[in-house]
Amino acid sequence: MPPVRHRSGLRRLAAVLTVAALGALPACAGAGGGQDDGVLTIYSGRSEGLVGPLIEQLRTSLGGTEIEVRYGSTGEMAAQLLEEGTDTPADLFFSQDAGALGAVAAAGLLAPLPAEVLAPVPPRYRAADSSWVATSARARVVAYNPTLVAEADLPTSLEDLLDPKWKGKLGYPPSNASWLSFVTGLRVIRGEDGARQWLTAFAAQEPQRFENNVAVIDGIAAGTVSAGLVNHYYLYEKTREIDPATFPVRNHYVPGDPLGLVNVAGVGVTAASDDPAAAQRAAAFLLSAQAQQFFADETAEYPVVAGVRATGQSIELPPLESLSPPEVALAELSSLEETEALLQEVGLL
Amino acid sequence: MTAVAPLRVAAPPEPPATRPRGRRRTGAPRLLVAWGAVGGLVAVVPLGYLLVRALDGGPAGFLDVLLRPRTAELLARSVALAGAVTAACIVIGFLAAWLVVRTDLPWRRGFGVLFALPLAVPSYVAGFTWISEVPGSAGFWGAFVVLVSVSFPYVFLPVVASLRATDGALEEVARSLGHRPARVLAGVTLRRAWPAATAGGLLVALYVLSDFGAVSLMRYDTFTLGIYTSYRGTFNRTPAAVLGCVLVALAALVTWGEKRARGRAAHRVARGTPRPAAVVALGRARPLWLAAAVGVVAVSLGVPAYSLTHWMLVGSSFGIDLADLGAAAAVTLQVAGLGALLTTVLAVPVGVLAARYRGRATATLESATYVAHALPGITVGLALVFLGIRLVPGLYQEVPLLVLAYAVLFLPLAVGGVRTAVAAAPVRLDEVARSLGHGRLSTLARVTLPLAAPGVGAGAALVFLTATKELPATLMLHPTGADTLAVRLWSHTGAGQFAAAAPYAIVLVALAAVPVVLLHRAVRR
Repeated sequence: MPPVRHRSGLRRLAAVLTVAALGALPACAGAGGGQDDGVLTIYSGRSEGLVGPLIEQLRTSLGGTEIEVRYGSTGEMAAQLLEEGTDTPADLFFSQDAGALGAVAAAGLLAPLPAEVLAPVPPRYRAADSSWVATSARARVVAYNPTLVAEADLPTSLEDLLDPKWKGKLGYPPSNASWLSFVTGLRVIRGEDGARQWLTAFAAQEPQRFENNVAVIDGIAAGTVSAGLVNHYYLYEKTREIDPATFPVRNHYVPGDPLGLVNVAGVGVTAASDDPAAAQRAAAFLLSAQAQQFFADETAEYPVVAGVRATGQSIELPPLESLSPPEVALAELSSLEETEALLQEVGLL
Repeated sequence: MTAVAPLRVAAPPEPPATRPRGRRRTGAPRLLVAWGAVGGLVAVVPLGYLLVRALDGGPAGFLDVLLRPRTAELLARSVALAGAVTAACIVIGFLAAWLVVRTDLPWRRGFGVLFALPLAVPSYVAGFTWISEVPGSAGFWGAFVVLVSVSFPYVFLPVVASLRATDGALEEVARSLGHRPARVLAGVTLRRAWPAATAGGLLVALYVLSDFGAVSLMRYDTFTLGIYTSYRGTFNRTPAAVLGCVLVALAALVTWGEKRARGRAAHRVARGTPRPAAVVALGRARPLWLAAAVGVVAVSLGVPAYSLTHWMLVGSSFGIDLADLGAAAAVTLQVAGLGALLTTVLAVPVGVLAARYRGRATATLESATYVAHALPGITVGLALVFLGIRLVPGLYQEVPLLVLAYAVLFLPLAVGGVRTAVAAAPVRLDEVARSLGHGRLSTLARVTLPLAAPGVGAGAALVFLTATKELPATLMLHPTGADTLAVRLWSHTGAGQFAAAAPYAIVLVALAAVPVVLLHRAVRR
């Protein structure tokens, strides 16, 4: 009965393929089993290269608690958290910027932090509803190529960037969260019409778009553009790899102007966390003197807790107080939809 | 779910011999249809999610995003880039295949492998090397060069297979009738290889529409970049989903267009003993063709190779953590291997149906597997986040869901391979098997699939190598702590540690090169 034999051959083939395709999968999933059993899961929008050593310090600090970290880009992680909703395995969201924390908090996915965790941080650097807290601050700067721009030509205000000499020579990262925060800050400070006016004039300068801050810095170093609008610490990310003396990019701080806005990175505990106490201890650790010192020394950011200063390193930051950034509450920087609409209107997005 | 169907179907069909001859051929076996439908369903999973999200803001919100001038502008830019890259890939891929298969180009066996290897280079690595070595290359032409250099093998490989499967008799006839070589090339050879070239061109077009790495680094705004900007800038998923819907519609249009362009030309299977085609002598133009071949290799492989070496030598973060590198390579092998397996299992029935049972239903099924291919990885990743965490929370951020994501993303790569290979297997042999009393499924398993095995394997290899490079969906769905090479590479470059990133890029390219060489071997036979 040949046909029967062949059918069984087919059946065997089907069985092998099926078992291989599906049976093997859960077996490979490992013992992890998915959901956190006493594991503290951190979604980090900050890269492993920057904060990895800090996470090691956190492990030591928390002792017995097992910690798992998933790294990603802040924007993508916020989108993922929003899709996961209340089922998220994350206990903690460590974000590159306040906007992402605001969006996740607005969806009701972050639980308020207790007062004792928030205590060391000035009110200026936390969410009004305590749903998140800043862990470090960063200043907006005009990064420039000293071989292409004389110091005398550096801008002292937004208006200086509208000078014809800058036409086609400025770079900016259109989808970057810090850039969007800057534009939002501009709207808050100057009103919709004032912001529209400046952005329209800025767009007429034909600034060049870059994928992110690092790409802007690279563009400045390569001479593709003469200057760009970025956060202060990206320069130091580059000079970790390359000798600062030979790297043709410098930071120019613009105090008392929207150009010198100060942004933050921060952290929030998810409402779905199955161990909020451990998650809050982790948040508290990020505000400890030890962690704040790490931000000052290793990531070249500004601590948000008083009394911490960068020690023994080549990076010379002007003190945060000297920047006299415009008085904008971080909570006011959450109106991103209006910012997006305005940027689309003037053709900068 | 997918697994159960095939087993259940083993229910014994009636003995074929008792059926009337006419009935035997009509319609496809139900098992095959059911199994194929599973593949189709898997492929359209992201579409369901997209609709849910796109209509979040109601029909008015949907139209608002759709009718923004910016949407039309991005659409035009994406279409222009995809059109230009596809046309260039068809020209370069076809000529490269012709040089390797039909001419007396020196070192053509070596070139055969080198022309396939750029598939192993991720677009974000190629894009990064170009922008750092040639900063002025940003913009349309930069994106064009990067995308052509990494995706022309999508055309090269099927055309090589097609040229090898045909014996050049028609070309000889054309030459004997006095046609000049150029006319033979364009009028006969290209026409014969056209279905293979357009099938490859379709993959190129969909790939360009979905690509984020090259266009973002080259600062050329496209639809996909708009989708990312929407997620990153405002954390609003609705406009991104609306744009995703447009991308799907565009992909459906491109897929339909390819079907039209492919035409009815099918493989002519030579009767009798196949013989090697006569070698075309390049004559005095030989050095020129050789220079062109070297140029293609220099642009597509030389630049990334130079740049990766450069990173390692210049950067201070250089250091190889062998244990970490090995672990990442092992994870990559595992997830990409399982991804290739699952994708192939799902693709086989779709490809067989498309090749053997042509009709409106099978054409729709085949097209369904293609449309999601134009979606960026982030959208497919979020769709699986949305569904996975609700339907199978136990598997969330575990290997099975990640593997399923690869199947959703890369199904068309395998479907194309299966379809072409099955179409090239002589129907006559199927008929012989049937006349000897084998059922349709038995014939498929014992005759058709073994004949098509190299093509099926080639499709699986293509999926494997594409999965090793995948980043956005992998970042969302990989098991915590189990990083693939692409994730490690991203992790280091994100912190500006390019020298530390280089070894991961090199191992990634090396790992992806293995199936490329196998692919090339498979099509050479």
